[in-house]
Amino acid sequence: MKQHADKAADFLRNEARADWHDEALWFVRAKRDKATHGVPEWETLRELASGIKEHTLSNLDGYLEQFEANARQNGVYVHWASNAAEHNSIVHGILIAHEVKRLVKSKSMLTEECGLNEYLAEHGIEVVDTDLGERIIQLKGEPPSHIVMPAIHLKKEEVGELFHEKLQTEQGASDPKYLTEAARQHLRKKFLAAQAALTGVNFAIAQTGGVVVCTNEGNADMGVHLAPLQIHSMGIEKVIPRAEHLGVFTRLLARSATGQPITIYTSHYHRPKAGGEMHIVIVDNGRSAQLGRQGYRNALKCIRCGACMNTCPIYRRSGGHSYGYTIPGPIGSILTPGISLERYSNLPFASTLCGSCSDVCPVKINIHEQLYNWRQDIAKAGHLPVAKKQGMRWAGLVLARPKWYGAFGKLARWAIRRLPRFMLYNSLNLWGKGRDLPEPPEQSFKEWYHKNRIKK
Amino acid sequence: MSKDEIIAAIRKNKPAETALPSIPAFTYAQGELLPTFITMVEAGGGRVIEASSPDELPALASTLFPDAEIIASSLPEIKGNVRLSDIGQPQKLEPVDAAVIRGQLGVAENGAIWASEADCGHRVLPFITQHLAIVLAPEDLVCNMHEAYSRIQVNATGFGLFIAGPSKTADIEQSLVIGAQGARSLAVILLPRTD
Ligand code: SF4
Repeated sequence: MKQHADKAADFLRNEARADWHDEALWFVRAKRDKATHGVPEWETLRELASGIKEHTLSNLDGYLEQFEANARQNGVYVHWASNAAEHNSIVHGILIAHEVKRLVKSKSMLTEECGLNEYLAEHGIEVVDTDLGERIIQLKGEPPSHIVMPAIHLKKEEVGELFHEKLQTEQGASDPKYLTEAARQHLRKKFLAAQAALTGVNFAIAQTGGVVVCTNEGNADMGVHLAPLQIHSMGIEKVIPRAEHLGVFTRLLARSATGQPITIYTSHYHRPKAGGEMHIVIVDNGRSAQLGRQGYRNALKCIRCGACMNTCPIYRRSGGHSYGYTIPGPIGSILTPGISLERYSNLPFASTLCGSCSDVCPVKINIHEQLYNWRQDIAKAGHLPVAKKQGMRWAGLVLARPKWYGAFGKLARWAIRRLPRFMLYNSLNLWGKGRDLPEPPEQSFKEWYHKNRIKK
Repeated sequence: MSKDEIIAAIRKNKPAETALPSIPAFTYAQGELLPTFITMVEAGGGRVIEASSPDELPALASTLFPDAEIIASSLPEIKGNVRLSDIGQPQKLEPVDAAVIRGQLGVAENGAIWASEADCGHRVLPFITQHLAIVLAPEDLVCNMHEAYSRIQVNATGFGLFIAGPSKTADIEQSLVIGAQGARSLAVILLPRTD
């Protein structure tokens, strides 16, 4: 499997595009900053959100059972799935019972995680993603590259070409307004024909047994209210104790995600429509195990705002696809090693540990500290990438011998200044791939110290 | 059963219980509510019209939607030409050009308006209509989401929502486009209470 660094290198080969991607995300980060500065109690809200989630995780079993009981009282069918396969077969079972052939979906990272679309397609069910960004990548046959803006990696000309091929828009047309209108017309037909709608869940309220879904497009509601059957898939960590806690989370979510004060639609579903059916599937898929990893359980507080991606210097310059997992960026890099330490061992290294992710996170997850801790665990488990292992071995040897250290330092300062570029930047210098060596100082700190301090 | 397995795993793995923090009151001066609300609705892509009497509503609806052929309304003051109570299949609402619904409460900090399914006339109406107007009493403005959630009851009906503008997307190159899958425009009609 290609590692993050290799895929990032591929991404960076097109420099103009990498710059464009970088700027597009930084623009969203800047909007987030502006929106948060308008809320004087911002830091208090983050503290509260983190505390509410912490408390909920500490009594997660209780809140989930309360949620289930109240949802049932509301006339909702509740299902539990231990893993992705069980989730998919539960959803499929519900669809079969209603003879559903056409399903519309709104954004749900959980169903991406479970591979639901592929599963249902194999079983002859048409699945249409209805969030514009998700529809774009679905038509393109690609996974999302961002959890809030799934098609952020594509340029409008590419969307135009795709729509020309799939939706018969005019050739060469790339105006976002025109393309959005074409998608609107296309999706209306799908909404009207759908027999079932499936959504993800932003928050599930234990006290009332309802679920909350936030969108800007209105696609979740177009699906849910038109189709007789509605299904909501949620991870076990989505539950919150009471409706009043939504006050905290709705103030944080959209501001962190896109810099909006709130999403255009914040929909609260509690009971099925007249003559309709409502199902909720509660999914574990590794989350309860994550809850047991002491230093890492905080990652379950995540409300999927995407702010840590937008701010991350590595994400912005490597693209979501380079991570090889549904949830990319800093949060993805601390969730994935828990899924497979071996497979994702390279992701905690896809970071500068600058800490910007932790600074913007609305639920105050210590993301960069967890990245650092995963690195230690990965090294201990023997999954360090070969180049890093060799480097560490040499560094270990040199650092343990002060004389060697001094000599190497002198040599390096001389070499960087005198040697031609090809001798410094070659296949042996992995660090120098994509990085420039620093300007070497005239003397080492030790030399300087001896000259200037000890004599006095 | 998977439920038992999941619950057992959580019990085994969950951390020691921590306290649930209580949410302090974050309020600001009541005098700022209306101007802030108007600014926020406009920032979200909607517009605000101030009316003074319910008698103005029908005329207002015609000026707001001059080209609308099919108008659905959940307010008795505006008749429209769709009888919402007769609509069984929600798909039948697809041709609606304009809809007028009632809002229960408006939030100054973000321009969001709460409406339950009873206020909407039909769950899908505020989304499927091409254009939307919400009638809201300026007396029902609150300062932020905390106050909003303390006033509403989210499960009073089977469905309820906050609407903060016309449907929008920025999924193509981050350029903002109004009119994604839901209503293409939002007008908020502020109508003082008469009772
Ligand atoms: S980790 Fe924090 S910043 Fe990143 S997506 Fe989750 S909530 Fe947002």
